[in-house]
Amino acid sequence: MSMIVSSIGQGLLWAILGVALFLTFRILNFPDMTVEGTFPLGAATAVTAISHGVSPLMATALAFVTGALAGLITGLLYTKGKIPILLAGILVMTACLSVNLRIMGGANVSLLGKKTVFSSQFLQSLPKYFDSIYVGLLMIVIVTIILILFLQTNLGQAFIVTGDNPVMARSFGINTDNMTIMGLMLSNGLIGLGGALISQNNGYADINMGIGIIVIALASIIIGEVVFGELTLNQRLVAVTLGSILYRFVLLIVLQLGFSTNDLNLLSAIILAVCLMLPNLSKSLKLDHVITKGVENNETK
Amino acid sequence: MKQNKVPILSLKNIVTFVNRKTPSETMILKHLNLDVFDGDFITILGSNGAGKSTLFNTIAGTLPPDSGQILHAGTDITGDSVEKRSRFLGRVFQDPKLGTAPRMTVAENLLLATKRGQHRTLALRQLKQNLPAFEQATASMNNGLSERINTATENLSGGQRQALSFLMATIRRPDVLLLDEHTAALDPNTSTQLMEQTNEKVLDQKLTCLMITHHLDDALKYGNRLIVLDDGQVRYDVRGKEKNELTKEELLSFFGNIA
Repeated sequence: MSMIVSSIGQGLLWAILGVALFLTFRILNFPDMTVEGTFPLGAATAVTAISHGVSPLMATALAFVTGALAGLITGLLYTKGKIPILLAGILVMTACLSVNLRIMGGANVSLLGKKTVFSSQFLQSLPKYFDSIYVGLLMIVIVTIILILFLQTNLGQAFIVTGDNPVMARSFGINTDNMTIMGLMLSNGLIGLGGALISQNNGYADINMGIGIIVIALASIIIGEVVFGELTLNQRLVAVTLGSILYRFVLLIVLQLGFSTNDLNLLSAIILAVCLMLPNLSKSLKLDHVITKGVENNETK
Repeated sequence: MKQNKVPILSLKNIVTFVNRKTPSETMILKHLNLDVFDGDFITILGSNGAGKSTLFNTIAGTLPPDSGQILHAGTDITGDSVEKRSRFLGRVFQDPKLGTAPRMTVAENLLLATKRGQHRTLALRQLKQNLPAFEQATASMNNGLSERINTATENLSGGQRQALSFLMATIRRPDVLLLDEHTAALDPNTSTQLMEQTNEKVLDQKLTCLMITHHLDDALKYGNRLIVLDDGQVRYDVRGKEKNELTKEELLSFFGNIA
């Protein structure tokens, strides 16, 4: 039972990454590798700030800012520097490795004995793992509501159309470069925020904690899409969070089957690959009704 | 006389290259001059490679000219970006895929179009308030578009998409409307229908319009001015009565001479 609670808590915390990546991967229509650098960047920023006596909330906000700055650099390299987006992301991700070491002053920093956003008396009074559910739920609800509202504004609509049809967007006076940069900043800011929360939840920041992040974030997006099918844009944003929790359940099952945590990255990659192929596979193998049945069974459990 | 007024759009001595600084560098527009006046409905003819599309890309700002000057109502806009020029320009592309955002609905596309050239702010988009107006606008196209106002445009037919593109380009009155063979990708019936509606709306709203076409009949039938592009220059330019009296045979023989 406590494992399930823990999985839900982790799913909610990591959902912020899925929602953040949704902005670039699904709305702007490109994969942004920067996140592999901005996730530990956010963690490094928050943990270092906290260990220097900055308040946990302030430190978490700072992580958003540094993440957004890294996103700005990727955006400038891509739009003004005309570097392909995949390469621009990899460049910033690589540069972040050094920056993170500079910030942390070493390969990892512990938060042992420091106050974090999880150390309030109220959160400590909750049963085990419910602190991450509480913080995760609060953050993902706030982030999702703000994004849904933002996407309904004129600026948000201009952002969506930039990914949908840049030629048309420009012919209607939308500066697609600025929209792309804005999207990358917002997305990577949220990734940094996620890094800050998860490192505080773990109690440390590690230089290697960014490895495989894009796969995890993509998995929550894709699982949400595969399970829930055709949805409106707002519903799709919510589905990412549910996808993120489902992904944690899948990991839990896999670990119960006897795999070790060392296998997690391999397993994550396999899960994502399967989910990405599923729409095509289900067509050729007529898996549709098998999956619907499987989902029904899960829901009745 | 019209000619004494300031042209709404003026191209002076335009030279445009494509594939600049590559072995396949080609000069497409060769010292082209063109004055467009308010109320002009110009049909543009020209063989492949004559520079019709390059002319539109030069006007829209997609392809900045290598030399020459573009004026909008007397103001130099040669260095302005596509986004900046969208304030006075409406454009319909030949490819139905280019003109609309596929994953957004008809209404959302129209809403974006009402903000053409404006600064986008964090104000809520107010889609609902605009729906009645959009329903009215789409109903005027008589092709079932008004019933599909909340459908993503990727699910529309080519004809509906082009009709929507046309509505989007004109929903805020543009100073100059560019139609780049906007009916060429459609079947003959749909094409004729959209052409008729285009003509009606351009005349109704007294739009200034440049329309590229491959059909001599369309070029003769529609518009109040006809130009022929050849080898990057305007080779033929008739307007008003002279254009009305122009016959297909005369036009064909002209093409025979330049070919």
